[in-house]
Amino acid sequence: MRAAAREPSLRRLSPHAREPGCGSSWLRARGAAVMAALGFATGSGNWFSALALGVTLLKCLLIPTYHSTDFEVHRNWLAITHSLPISQWYYEATSEWTLDYPPFFAWFEYALSHVAKYFDQEMLNVHNLNYSSSRTLLFQRFSVIFTDVLFVYAVHECCKCVDGKKAGKELTEKPKFILSVLLLWNFGLLIVDHIHFQYNGFLFGLMLLSIARLFQKRHVEGALLFAVLLHFKHIYLYVAPAYGIYLLRSYCFTANKPDGSIRWNSFSFVRLTSLGLIVFLVSALSLGPFLALEIIMWCYPSPTVNPALMYVDPYKEFLNIYISKTLNNQHGLELKLLDPNKIPKASMTSGLVQQFQHTVLPSVTPLATLICTLMAILPSVFCLWFKPQGPRGFLRCLILCALSSFLFGWHVHEKAILLAVLPMSLLSVGKAGDASIFLILTTTGHYSLFPLLFTAPELPIKILLMLLFTIYSISSLKTLFRKEKPLFNWMETFYLLGLGPLEVFCEFVFPFTSWKLKYPFIPLLLTSVYCAVGITYAWFKLYVSVLTDPPVGKTKKQ
Amino acid sequence: MFGDYEAQRHWQEITFNLPVEQWYFNSSDNNLQYWGLDYPPLTAYHSLLCAYVAKFINPDWIALHSSRGYESQAHKLFMRTTVLIADLLIYIPAVVLYCCCLKEISTKKKIANALCILLYPGLILIDYGHFQYNSVSLGFALWGVLGVSCDWDLLGSLAFCLAINYKQMELYHSLPFFCFLLGKCFKKGLKGKGFVLLIKLACTVVACFILCWLPFFTEREQLLQVLRRLFPVDRGLFEWIYRKMDKVANIWCSFSIFLKIKDILPRHIQIVISFCFTFLSLLPACIKLTLQPSPKGFRFTLVSCALSFFLFSFQVHEKSILLVSLPVCLVLSEIPFMSTWFLLVSTFSMLPLLLKDELLMPSVVTTMAFFIACAVSFSIFEKTSEEELQLKSFSISVRKYLPCFTFLPRIIQYLFLISVISMVLLTLITVTLEPPQKLPDLFSVLVCFVSCLNFLFFLVYFNIIIMWDSKNGRNQKKIN
Repeated sequence: MRAAAREPSLRRLSPHAREPGCGSSWLRARGAAVMAALGFATGSGNWFSALALGVTLLKCLLIPTYHSTDFEVHRNWLAITHSLPISQWYYEATSEWTLDYPPFFAWFEYALSHVAKYFDQEMLNVHNLNYSSSRTLLFQRFSVIFTDVLFVYAVHECCKCVDGKKAGKELTEKPKFILSVLLLWNFGLLIVDHIHFQYNGFLFGLMLLSIARLFQKRHVEGALLFAVLLHFKHIYLYVAPAYGIYLLRSYCFTANKPDGSIRWNSFSFVRLTSLGLIVFLVSALSLGPFLALEIIMWCYPSPTVNPALMYVDPYKEFLNIYISKTLNNQHGLELKLLDPNKIPKASMTSGLVQQFQHTVLPSVTPLATLICTLMAILPSVFCLWFKPQGPRGFLRCLILCALSSFLFGWHVHEKAILLAVLPMSLLSVGKAGDASIFLILTTTGHYSLFPLLFTAPELPIKILLMLLFTIYSISSLKTLFRKEKPLFNWMETFYLLGLGPLEVFCEFVFPFTSWKLKYPFIPLLLTSVYCAVGITYAWFKLYVSVLTDPPVGKTKKQ
Repeated sequence: MFGDYEAQRHWQEITFNLPVEQWYFNSSDNNLQYWGLDYPPLTAYHSLLCAYVAKFINPDWIALHSSRGYESQAHKLFMRTTVLIADLLIYIPAVVLYCCCLKEISTKKKIANALCILLYPGLILIDYGHFQYNSVSLGFALWGVLGVSCDWDLLGSLAFCLAINYKQMELYHSLPFFCFLLGKCFKKGLKGKGFVLLIKLACTVVACFILCWLPFFTEREQLLQVLRRLFPVDRGLFEWIYRKMDKVANIWCSFSIFLKIKDILPRHIQIVISFCFTFLSLLPACIKLTLQPSPKGFRFTLVSCALSFFLFSFQVHEKSILLVSLPVCLVLSEIPFMSTWFLLVSTFSMLPLLLKDELLMPSVVTTMAFFIACAVSFSIFEKTSEEELQLKSFSISVRKYLPCFTFLPRIIQYLFLISVISMVLLTLITVTLEPPQKLPDLFSVLVCFVSCLNFLFFLVYFNIIIMWDSKNGRNQKKIN
């Protein structure tokens, strides 16, 4: 009645407020239709496709939300790879967001850019800094949603690796179902990829797929996938030790002594060669063209090439630029933790390297962090070598590698916690002890991602999604392991419940206090310290369980 | 310029800064032309409550005069949170409790049912996208339905009075409530227990109204002014529907394509005609309910009455379809196929409004989510037999005269397909094509016309269910 009198024009207030104009709205409809078609193609009666389709719809709803500077980073990379010759890709520096991922990712952006040109040609212009039309937004968001198909497939494969022995009568109590919800609806991945904006979904898809292949004894395929993954994003180098040792120990050595120790004469040289060949070929495919270009440029300096480049050793320069960019672009939770007086709010989301001196504690050098990380990784790797426990042992070692480098690494971003959280989901549905570690790690790890989204409209989204995921994971794992001892002791329960008051203080109480202007970093500091405790605890607990677990051979005999 | 969002904010400003006596009166501080308060007192009290919270967070949000048109991210967040809180306190518990009280279905089905009702896209989009507090009035109405069906008649009527006092549109539901309670009294015998119940109910209703309206009882003029604000009969409503070019999927708007009733007949005759149509269309169902009160009949009568009002009365807005959708949600578990269909059509009928709010993406996504949820949890496509459409007794009685009448389920399936395809096509056309210059409203008129045809079909269908329901019951009793 009266409502009709008011023009229902909430234009500026509607969720799409940031999009100028609605000319591209047909694209949104088409995108959703494609999702529907995909869902129905895989059979709508199937619970797995229902889950995948549901989360895809949720991702579509997140399209108009806040996106970080990573959005501009990836747009710039699209422009670089589309409009410049290959030789210039890693030299182009019009924007501060230079291309600093390995070549496969550059090729990936190159492929995307050929779709992007049908959406909006302007986004492919290198000089069009901070360009963000509604079509650009739609294209970028949908490219993330669409490439997640690989992640969905990987989760599907992972579910096959879970033994269904404990399967309850109810569908919702089956480990497979729980695992697929934990992976597909993972809160961290949702906010990092679909709000904050990155392409982690399909990269983690590659990782999970390679893990699944190792579980299925298809070692060569697993190694190939991981080698490819490394050339997509070098952060996965953190878990490479686990892969290397596992493949060497369990694939290159074909047999064990009865007590589980190594039988040296069972070494298969053919297998080692095949693995080496795979790694070499993938690297050659990825780095080869760039090296070749550099060598050509070095041998035949032509006047068409930028003269500034001719006087430096191109190969050295290339490696310098490449390595310095790739290794330094991420910040550390730990560094922030140690450096309370110099935490700029922007640094939480920017990908730029900011060198800062610690004022309270002595500065940590990269070398020291490297040594610390190696020391932390070493015991788990030894364990994998001397006490092989099959793929599950490998998975534990992988998680320990990821966690150790997260805790001790140099310039680690908080997003890196996903590297441990996602593989840990695979372990969590297998054993009650692992489930408890998973819950502590996931809850604190996800909470540590909260500062990524600091804008007001995303506040309810992040809190409600986090609650949804946490409550589901705790309740489902509790039902799964209801016959065993409780998942948490009083201390852990107390710690996890403490996250609630912490969030209330940081987001709701602190902004109204007088400290807000004087000490604006306090919420971040508290979040970092509190989460660091939980993550360290989970790391420690997992380490203890890895070191004290008897080898597989013995348990079987018992 | 502004929409319901500004209206709600303005009401907070008015109720907080002005004394109760001036809320509904035009004055230098309260320009009624600018989103003046025109909902019943409970809405005003709710605004006042929100205003106190707003004052605590940021007094600028409700400063008299200076806050007009105020918009900021923080304020938007605050307003949206108030909707969420109201939803969490009133609507969601009602839905959950209603699904728990359903009989003869498993726990899993109950959860699925609650999920589907809560996923209904129309309400989500209007409350959270367009911005309104429909979940409050609908939630109170649902509490009313719950109370009355569980034989807590006094509580039920109390909740329903609150609903009416929150939004006068709830009067769409009042007739079935009245008939059902009256029927209950008749059933118990008007000379004994029934009379006592009647007196009790009357006292509850009167007491509730008096309490809600207490501050306005100081003067006669106060009461009259509030009533005038609630039911602005002097405004030519049919006229301004046309002036605003809002296309509503009711009979008068849809058939004005062929016949400009507005130009042919004077307004008072239009009102009389619309009244007659509404009255005639809901009379049979109401009489039936009074004579044979049953919770099931009550729910179906709620649907058909609200639908009659929506289709035939004046002063209708697109959003009023939510008043029909709520009772349809309640029969979701009984006739899943038809209810899902209706709920899809009802969301589609609001398409022009949603497009104006740039809510295309959310509406497509939520509609698909709702459709998938219904399809998966009720497997609706397998439930299209006569039995499951509740048309068994109807077709049996038709078959007495027309023995070959066995094709009804198939026809309904085809109709469903045609309706869905036309909705999808129209959505695509509206979104992609520019309307021709001569007919700028072509697509929205088409949307209304198609939805109106669907609604007419549903009106017939629900009336058939209501009228043939008891025969089915009697047959069962005979068998027993």
